[in-house]
Amino acid sequence: MATSKITCGLEIHQQVDTKKLFCECPSLVQENRPEYTVTRNLRAVVGETGEIDIAAAQQAMKGKHYLYECNDENACLIDLDEEPPRNMREEALTVAIQVGKLFNAQFVDEVQVMRKTVVDGSNTTGFQRTSLVAMNGTIESKHGPITIPTVILEEDSGRIIKDENERTMFRLDRLGIPLLEISTGPDIHSPDECAEVAEKIGRILRSCNVKRGLGTIRQDVNVSIEGGTRVEIKGAQDLALLPKLVELEALRQENLLEIKKELEKRGVKSIMTQIQDLSSTLSRSQSNVISGALNNKGAVLGIRVQNCKGLIGKEVQPKRRLGTELSDRAKTAASVKGLFHSDELPNYGITDGEIAAITKKLECAPQDAFILVADTKEKSELALRAAIQRLNDAIKGVPKEVRRANEDGTTTFLRMMPGAARLYPETDVLPIRLTKKRIDAIALPELLDHKITRYEKLGLGKDLAELAANSEHASLFETFVKKFNKLKTAYIAEILLTTEKNIRRQFNIAITPNAEDFETLLTALSEEKISKESVLDILKEKKPVKEILGKYALLSDRELELEVKKIVDANKGMPINGRIGKAMQQLRGKASGQKIVELIKKNS
Amino acid sequence: MKPGDRVKLTTSEGTFEGTLLPRPALLSSDITVLKLKTGYNIGIESKKIEKRTVLQEYQTPVPVRAKIVHDPALPTVAILSTGGTIASRVDYRTGGVYADYSAEDFVMMCPELSKIANIKAVKVMSMMSEDAVAADWQKMAEAILESLKTADGVVITHGTDTMHFTSSVLSFLLENLTKPVIITGAQRSIDRGSSDAFMNLMCSIKAAASWDGACVTICMHGTISDDYCTLLRGTKVRKMHTSRRDAFRAINDEPLARVYANGRIEITNQEYPKRHEGKTSLRELDNRVGIITTYPDIEPAIFEEHAKRAKGLIIVATGLGNLPLHNKKTVKQALQKISKKIPLFICSQTLYGRVNPSVYANLRELSIEIGATYLSDMLPETAYAKLMVALTCKNTKEFMKTNIAGEFTTRELDDAFLR
Repeated sequence: MATSKITCGLEIHQQVDTKKLFCECPSLVQENRPEYTVTRNLRAVVGETGEIDIAAAQQAMKGKHYLYECNDENACLIDLDEEPPRNMREEALTVAIQVGKLFNAQFVDEVQVMRKTVVDGSNTTGFQRTSLVAMNGTIESKHGPITIPTVILEEDSGRIIKDENERTMFRLDRLGIPLLEISTGPDIHSPDECAEVAEKIGRILRSCNVKRGLGTIRQDVNVSIEGGTRVEIKGAQDLALLPKLVELEALRQENLLEIKKELEKRGVKSIMTQIQDLSSTLSRSQSNVISGALNNKGAVLGIRVQNCKGLIGKEVQPKRRLGTELSDRAKTAASVKGLFHSDELPNYGITDGEIAAITKKLECAPQDAFILVADTKEKSELALRAAIQRLNDAIKGVPKEVRRANEDGTTTFLRMMPGAARLYPETDVLPIRLTKKRIDAIALPELLDHKITRYEKLGLGKDLAELAANSEHASLFETFVKKFNKLKTAYIAEILLTTEKNIRRQFNIAITPNAEDFETLLTALSEEKISKESVLDILKEKKPVKEILGKYALLSDRELELEVKKIVDANKGMPINGRIGKAMQQLRGKASGQKIVELIKKNS
Repeated sequence: MKPGDRVKLTTSEGTFEGTLLPRPALLSSDITVLKLKTGYNIGIESKKIEKRTVLQEYQTPVPVRAKIVHDPALPTVAILSTGGTIASRVDYRTGGVYADYSAEDFVMMCPELSKIANIKAVKVMSMMSEDAVAADWQKMAEAILESLKTADGVVITHGTDTMHFTSSVLSFLLENLTKPVIITGAQRSIDRGSSDAFMNLMCSIKAAASWDGACVTICMHGTISDDYCTLLRGTKVRKMHTSRRDAFRAINDEPLARVYANGRIEITNQEYPKRHEGKTSLRELDNRVGIITTYPDIEPAIFEEHAKRAKGLIIVATGLGNLPLHNKKTVKQALQKISKKIPLFICSQTLYGRVNPSVYANLRELSIEIGATYLSDMLPETAYAKLMVALTCKNTKEFMKTNIAGEFTTRELDDAFLR
């Protein structure tokens, strides 16, 4: 359990429910098979300060390529970086302005679209288009005010499908969907407060025209402890994970600071070491990784790490050691599969005898550790250099990193923290003037909490009211409540909000009825043309409701009586309950159960 | 207070610190643009600003130069820059584009280049390609001639809009070319990691260094993936899309080769002149050429107006080479009148396929009665380029009808359409 004082800031990313930000594609994330793919390479073009060591940056990206999966339905030439962007989508900007107003933020006079350099391939352009809309907002938490320094409108990135050593696959359906980024100041001081603020911001956002459902909101969190460094953790899709992420990052920083202290105590001021070739020393190794590399004309390279025995194996987060962090860096820098360090050996097919030989070759003293990488010579060298850099960072404490959230609340290295120089103007898009008149003209949406209370007054229970207010069908619900005053409000809400789930659970069928389907269905119910029992059967056919409604029409009293008589005649001698059962089965959905029972009794 | 300065601006709403940025021309000038510490730019209404303080003055960035080591084992390639987005750099602080064209800059932008060839870079001019005039082409041709004395091949970096005009003009200007001249450019600016410039440059330099052809070609992306570039004959190529990176297509011809980023060259069409010993010389240019695209209800005065200045006219006609001669007697009269003074040449708007002087009565009227020359499957832009050179030759019509640089094909094969 971490005990230090924690400081956190949040970055909430929420998709807006409009077409894409800079093209006319619908914002439609889907699992269809891609219709075609495009392969690209990306190059390092700009670094932290504008002047970069391109050679070094390029080396890191060498041999890596990106595959983009495309469907005509949701990706066009603009998404493929084959056509200049259109101007920014007005409806999306309107939502950003509403959000800015809800946070009492101060608007810029002119929105300038920027290019933020991104080199992980998630944007086909090599940058993300992003713009600052408003600044200096606030919200209240239980512990006091939380500042909202920026309200940003940007384009979402491509959706990662598969990450292999030399190739990463993305799908372009998500690329370009308008994304609101709400950042808080470093005003949050506990894991629970972090979740509370994230929840609160989420509720404000869901008062506006935003997407709902898995993957449409993502939380990044910045964490630091006293003496530590701000570390950005990306990609927490589940709000419930936030407190744990914060907790475990605080723990990680505490452990890294302890390692720092220990290194100081051992007098390690910097890690200076020579990379040596151990291929001949390990030529007969039974380790799969080592023999694999050597058989592939590769090499095993190693370094001695002075005075670090026991530290590389030190756990910094559950099941993650300093060695894991070295390995993460090596993987990112050189696309190697990983590295071995002496604190975890003998293991992985490396024997005591081999350890002795390595120790001898590297001239390790008893208090020294060593690290090995087996791959092509070039990659192994890059990987070791990255590991050495990480070790040197350990002497300073906690490196400034962007990390990815794992499902268990631990994190993995993603990249170094980028600087402001990553942004430069998007010259293909015109800036947008935000006059006071324009901002004043945009009405505020009804806040979610207010809406829930109002729905309760309409006759919904608390849970159903919350579900309805949070749903994408909220406005449909309100229209239907007005239109179908013969039907109970709660019944309308249930049809709109729970039938999809029920059909998925009972029949394992995924349905996507549209507004017209719902309206046809409710009209028929309201006019008593179908029975309530038919609703699931109708929807699970997955066809337009108006086409199949006839099949489910209720029988008139005369028709029903004729049918009942037929059943009674055909089942002479059967007890009355048996006849009722037969009739219920055959006439299900065509008449109310009560009526059928009455008629069977009457005709028996 | 000037762009690039770090400043503090005080307005009625608060204080903003950041870097002052230039305001692009044609945007309203009542906004001051500031780059904040976060990297974001914002626009502030200038009239709201009550106080401006300079915190630090801007210093022009000193570009870092890569060192180039001459490798005697490698061929030598000259890169002649003429402008366009391919060889410009972005000042990431202000977002402005500035251009520098030394070999070191190319190598720094794309370090692999130094492993393909020793590079000699020459800045010939700095223009947007749509601004090219005849004198620019003459200057390019002279620079090529000079570079070929020491280089194994020449690469020209060029804006893409009129690249196919340049490739045509150079094809006719350079007589007895002995080595390859490869023109390349970029459809995506080089500030972005996804720019096509890098692969285009690598493939072009590879082709200039080691392809066995000796003609002017365009070398650009073959698909929208970073798979390979195609080498396209300079007289049979056209920009066929406004923005795609594979916009350049061979028309009525097969691409000559595919060049892969790893250096492999795959020949796809054997019909091209090979490298040889000999002396390359220059022809000359006369820019008094008109090019008229006709349309059904064309005003005859357009032909006459053009003829006032032009010494030769390219008429881009419809279909097989048709003009509205029957309904509009005045068009015929105008053409008859000007054909007595200057030669007329017919190409087709369809771009694909060949014009034919005799299949319809209309065509015969135009070819036999009026005396217009039909240019087979030559592209209109190629015809325009060729006519500029032809006007300086003794027999203009004869030069136009002779196959000089692969601008005519004799057989059209199924494969050459819409590729």
